[in-house]
Formats: sequence, structure tokens, C-alpha cells
Amino acid sequence: MAAGVAAWLPFARAAAIGWMPVANCPMPVAPRDHSKRQDELIILNVSGRRFQTWRTTLDRYPDTLLGSSEKEFFYNEEAKEYFFDRDPEAFRSVLNFYRTGKLHYPRAECIQAYDEELSFFGIIPEIIGDCCYEEYKDRKRENAERLQDDQEDKKDFKPPNMTFRETIWRAFENPHTSTMALVFYYVTGFFIAISVLTNVVETVPCGSTSQKDISCGQRYTVAFFCMDTACVMIFTVEYLLRLFAAPSRYLFMRSVMSIIDVVAIFPYYIGLVMTDNEDVSGAFVTLRVFRVFRIFKFSRHSQGLRILGYTLKSCASELGFLLFSLTMAIIIFATVMFYAEKGSSSTKFTSIPASFWYTIVTMTTLGYGDMVPKTIAGKIFGSICSLSGVLVIALPVPVIVSNFSRIYHQNQRADKRRAQKKARLARIRIAKKGSSNAYLQTKRNGLLNELLDLTASEEEQQHLNKTKSLLESQHHHLLHCLEKTTGHDFVDEQLFEQNCLEGALQPYRSRTPSTSSLEGMTGTCCSRRTKRSVPLPIANAPASHAHPLALTHTLPKSPGLQELSAINIQCAEKQIHSSSRSNLNMQTNEVDRRNCKQQKVTTAIISIQTANTGSPAEDGGHGLPNRGASVVTTTSSNIIKVSAL
Amino acid sequence: MPAMEIQGMEVFAIAVVGLMFVMVLKQFGMWEPLSLEDISESELEMATVRHQPEGLDQLQTQTKFTRKELQSLYRGFKNECPSGLVDEETFKMIYSQFFPQGDATTYAHFLFNAFDTDRSGSIRFEDFVIGLSVLLRGSVNEKLRWAFNLYDINKDGYITKEEMLAIMTSIYDMMGRYTTPSVKDDAPFEHVEKFFQKMDKNRDGVVTFDEFIETCQKDDNIMSSMQLFENVI
Repeated sequence: MAAGVAAWLPFARAAAIGWMPVANCPMPVAPRDHSKRQDELIILNVSGRRFQTWRTTLDRYPDTLLGSSEKEFFYNEEAKEYFFDRDPEAFRSVLNFYRTGKLHYPRAECIQAYDEELSFFGIIPEIIGDCCYEEYKDRKRENAERLQDDQEDKKDFKPPNMTFRETIWRAFENPHTSTMALVFYYVTGFFIAISVLTNVVETVPCGSTSQKDISCGQRYTVAFFCMDTACVMIFTVEYLLRLFAAPSRYLFMRSVMSIIDVVAIFPYYIGLVMTDNEDVSGAFVTLRVFRVFRIFKFSRHSQGLRILGYTLKSCASELGFLLFSLTMAIIIFATVMFYAEKGSSSTKFTSIPASFWYTIVTMTTLGYGDMVPKTIAGKIFGSICSLSGVLVIALPVPVIVSNFSRIYHQNQRADKRRAQKKARLARIRIAKKGSSNAYLQTKRNGLLNELLDLTASEEEQQHLNKTKSLLESQHHHLLHCLEKTTGHDFVDEQLFEQNCLEGALQPYRSRTPSTSSLEGMTGTCCSRRTKRSVPLPIANAPASHAHPLALTHTLPKSPGLQELSAINIQCAEKQIHSSSRSNLNMQTNEVDRRNCKQQKVTTAIISIQTANTGSPAEDGGHGLPNRGASVVTTTSSNIIKVSAL
Repeated sequence: MPAMEIQGMEVFAIAVVGLMFVMVLKQFGMWEPLSLEDISESELEMATVRHQPEGLDQLQTQTKFTRKELQSLYRGFKNECPSGLVDEETFKMIYSQFFPQGDATTYAHFLFNAFDTDRSGSIRFEDFVIGLSVLLRGSVNEKLRWAFNLYDINKDGYITKEEMLAIMTSIYDMMGRYTTPSVKDDAPFEHVEKFFQKMDKNRDGVVTFDEFIETCQKDDNIMSSMQLFENVI
């Protein structure tokens, strides 16, 4: 019910008294309005801007936030108002909805922001009034397309376990995904060009043996035949491969591109089959015309061509109109010209269809001059014809042009978005790393802090004690708790990968060429090394028991880490840590971990390890091989076991 | 013969040329078209009808509503009808929104006539509020009189069977098709018969106001239902 109409409900109820005398049955009891109170003004404070309205206005829509008791959550007792921390601009439309019953979409508003506001206030966007609905839907569609583009880009990530068929299809559709596909793409493009070129050159006259010129095709029959064969071979192979790989063969066969493919290679096979029979060779020659369709195969290689084709398809109605109006005009003018020129002698306008040619040539302003009116009337009508021709043709053209421009720009936008996507993702990645780096940095500082505590150097301590915001410290505390829960620590990405590699290559190396930064944890690096028996970070494979070789990934230590470890050792309770630096440098082959409790000794090859580094893997569950920085946390609780074989 | 044909076409051609000349002259504004319609007519359309109600104080004396109630009522009224007048079409539209399943237009028509006491064709705020005052704050007798007025379509003081049938049909129309049990075609007629049996004491085929009041006052159901909408506002 519209809002205004709701105001008439009391009236409708009152008018119901008119039914009472004729009613047969007793009436039901009326609902009591317990919360009846005088209509009062409510103040809605939206980010400082105060809106005021009657309570009954808001009560019109009880299933929204403002109309229900949900708004009590936002009530500010001291100021006796409802405070909402939202955008006041968008709130205007929301409030107007209550007032007038119509929801409008302000054009200046971003569609996503507006949608969020609506959902916050519990209003469904479908009730947007007709005046703004078109605009809203258009914007929403554009936004959805943008999101879809983002989604499609994710398709570039090769999903695992694709069948051979799917791989081929993907290679065909997105040539840039693999080198082979790219090669194939360029090869086919090249051969299409070659094929078209040979078709053209075939007809060029080159040299003459007898009196007449013969074309190159007739002169070098064998060469051209070989070229043609080669091209058709490639095209046939390509077509068959596509047919094999297509997810839906029936749909593929019906698609335009496949029809073009077939038409392009068909004449050749027909030519093979047919002999030099005189009767059919005429028809055969016509078939050769179809060879030119090979040029359409370029549309797979050129986006512009595709856009053009798509534009023409979408402008079909305008083109149809153009054609229709032209036909009408042609017929009219041809008739008029015919009758005008009928009287003049030796006129070329022998019949109305013959005049069609003149009309077409004049209307498109070609003006060949092979048919020219001689009478005055004919000339007058001829000039009118050419003037109107310009107009009739000019009318639908801008529509087609604007369609083409719109589609073209859309594609441009999509391409731009794709290009920017990389930058965007990089930015997001940096932001994420930034926050994780902050945490790792904090930990390092924490370590140094502890160290300095011992040395009691105030200034340095203060220097390290950067003031952290409350939010940050709480976040770090949270990450810390997670570390404690799993018994693993966060490390820097680079270090982690590096260590992975090293671990893989040199199981027995004693020195970690780690970089200074802390390693990061990434799952992928280690996952590939599963065989090495390192328990996967992700998969909880109890690989620890497996292999002697297993511990290839280890915690590579960075020099920084080493320092830390050294430091830690000092502060650690356990003395078992071999505090020698060299120990720290020892690369541990075991699955190390910084686990809080280490129980078993895994089959570590190199036993020496510092407490931090190593420890026998815990029951294979935690396969995270990295870790470096978290030394701090674990040291205190670690029992270092030197595993030795 | 050929000469004549040429001539025919030439005449035609010259006619076309003449036509184009005329068009060019029109373009230059040198040729006034013969029809000079009044441009001023369209301007009259702009003055829309607007109505302002009588003052708050006056309405307070005329009705039994408090000042605040009148304010609230007017706000709702003005919101829906900014021009201050409700014409029959708008009224029908508003009323139909409350009865989505059936067709409320006929009953709305009767209702409109009941409110539009001075037969002006539109309901002003005064009519609206005076009618509501009777319905919500009036005595039972006043309410019954209002109902009688509603049924008496031609306002002659008598309710005939035809009038009652029209009213009843319109009420049943509001129910729509999807009811249980289904509305039979003669249901309104039956209902009217029952009504007349109850109301028409002297069996003269019409119901006068006194008969109406008398019967209603004796009927407890009706009396209690009259109080039903006391606290609507």
C-alpha cells in the first residue's frame, strides 16, 4: 500500500460503519492500539544532519528498520534522538520514501553505496518508482558486468584436474594461457593470411604463353595446389580438434564460426572429389568463391571484427529500416522517372526495373552517368531523387554508429579493467603483506625488547617501542593467540619460499642461506614437496615418520632469525638450546617446528639444531616448515630436542 | 499523344516545384498559415484548481475532533491530494487499494456521494472531516443516520429494494471471486430480502428512516458494532 493511502486507513475503517446495519453476523473485535500516543516528532540524526519527521510517517512501513522497533537500538538517551552513522545524502531518499511512498534513485549516487544503504534500512530496491527504475537497473547491470569481468579473469587460474579435452578447449578459447596455444593461434592466423593471399594472387595474370594472358593460377598449378592443400590441412585439423574439444558438440556445430570454418574448407574437398567433368566444373568454379570465406576466420583473431559483427547484429532493426525505406524510395522514384522519361526518344529508361538502377545510383550519390534523364520533368525528379537519397541514407547511420561506439567502448573498458586488475591485485597484496609485515615487525621488536631488557638500555628500548594503536596491538595479540593455538608461527613469504627451495635441493646443508627477512608461509611451495615427506602445511599428512629424507624443508633461518634465536636463547628458560650460533646455522632437516611441545624426535638427519629450529615434527600434523621469527614465542616453551640419528 | 504525356508529367513536375517554393517561404516566415489558432487557450490550462480549507478554529467548532487530530488528519489528506480536493476517480483509486481482491469502485462511488454532501463532485477537507466526525465521534443515532444516507442513493428519504440491491451488490463485489463459500449470483438479492424482512415493518416495500432506526436500536449486534470504530483516530 502506498504511504499516503495508509493515511486513509482510518477513513476506510470509519466508513465501514456503513456495513454494520446490513451485516448478518456480529463483527470481530477491533485491534487495540496499545501504544497509542499523540503523534510526535522524531529526530533522526544521520551523521550530524538532523532529520525530523512524524512518528506515524515512519510507522507506515513496519517491516523496515525505521518503522519497526529495530530503531530503538539506535536511540540516544541523552540527546533523545536516533543516531545513525550513515550517509546523509542517501538517507534523504530513504526518508522521502516514507513520506511519499515512492523510492527514488538519485543519479549522483553510486549504485553499490545506494544498495547498501537500502539494505541497511531494510528497504527492498524493487519498489523503486518507475521514474527511476530504468536508471537503477541500467546501473545495476553495468555493475554486475564489471563484477562478472572480474570473475572471468579468475578463469585464468587453471583449475586442477582438467581433462585433456577441457585443456584443449581452454587452449583454443584463451590462447594466452599456454605457449602451445599461443603458437597454434599464430600459426593458424598466418595460414589464413597465406590462404587468402594465394586465392588473390591466383587470379593475377602473369605472363602469357599464347595470345591471351593466363593467370598465375593456371601457370603454376602445382604450386598453388600445394599451398591450398597445406592450408586446408591445417584448417581441417583445427576444426576437428575444436569439434573434439567442444563441451557441447551440437552447440559448437551450430555456431557461426564453425559454419564459416566448414564453408572455408568445403570447396577444396569437393574439388578433390569432382573430376574435370565439363558439366559440373562450372558449378565447381562458383564453389571456389566460397574460399574467400576464409577471411572471416580472422574474426577469431581480431576483436574489432567481432565487435563489428556484433554491432551489425544488434542493429539489425535499424538496418532493416534502412533497407525498407530505401526500397520504398527506389520504387517510387523509379516509377516517376520512367513515366517522366517515357516520352523522350532513345531513352535508356526502358522499363521501371531498368529505372531502378538509375534510382539506386542517384540516391547513393554515385552518379555513374550511364543513364541520364533528358526531359525537364525527368531532371526535376532526378534532382529530387538525389536529394532525398542523401537524407534517407543518413538517418539510420548515426544509430548504427552509436551502437558500435557503445559496444566498442564497453570492450575498451573491459580491457582497461583487466589491465588495471593486475595493479589492483598487487595493491591488495601489498596491503595484506603490509599488515602481516607489521605483525612480524612487532614480534621482532618484541624480541629485541626482551633482549634489551636484560641490557637495560632505556633509550634503545623506547626507540623500539613504537607506539602502536590499540587496534593494531589487539590484532597482533589475536595473531599471537593463533600461533599459540596451532603451535606454529607466522613467517615472511620470501624467506619461506627460499627455504623451501633450499630445503629441497640440499637436505644436508648446514647453512641456511636465508635472507634476513623472515620467511613467509605459503602453502604452495611446500605442497609440491610433499613427496619429500614434509607434512604438507595444508594437508595433514603424517609424514614425519616417513622419510629420512624428509626434512628437507626446514626452517631456514635467516640471519636475522639467527640473531633472534641467539637472543632468545639467552632469555629462554631452557638451556638446552645450544646457543652456539653455528648451531643455529645448521640447517635442520627435520621438520621443524616451533612447536610448543615437542615430543618426538623425528628422523632427523642432522640432529643439531637449535631449539627453535628444530624439532621433530610433531605428529606430522603441522607441516609448516617455516618459521623463523616466531622463535620468541616458542623458545620459552620449547623443549629442544636434538634429534640425532 | 506522346506530347500530351510529357505535358502531363511536366505539369506535375511544376506542381511539385511550386510546392517546394511554398515550403521555403514558410521557412522564412513570410507565409502565414491561414489557421490562426488561439495560443492563449493552452495558457488557461495552467491554472489548476486549488482549494484551501476553512480555518482550524472553524473546523474545530464544526467537528468533534481536537486540534491535534485535525492537524494529523489534514496532513494525511493533503499528502494524498495536494490540490486539496478529492475527485471521484482519485477517491475510487484510494479506496480500491484497501480491497485488492475485489472491485471496490461501485461502493466507493456510493461512499463518495455520501461524503460529498453538497454534490459538488469533489470532496473537500471539510466534507471529509465532518463525515469522519460523525462516524467516529457522533452519537449512535447520528451514525445510523449517516448509514441511512449512504443507502438512500437518491436521497429521497426512502430506501427502496433497488437501492438496497445496488448497495448490496457493490459490497459483495468488494469480496471478489475467491471466497469460501463462493458467492452465488443471487446472494445479494437474498441478503436484501433478509434486510427488508427485518427492517420493513409495514411491508410497503420501502424502508423509512424511522423504521430503520427503530429496528437497529432493537438489534444488539448492530448497536455494539456501531461502537467498534471508536478509537480509530
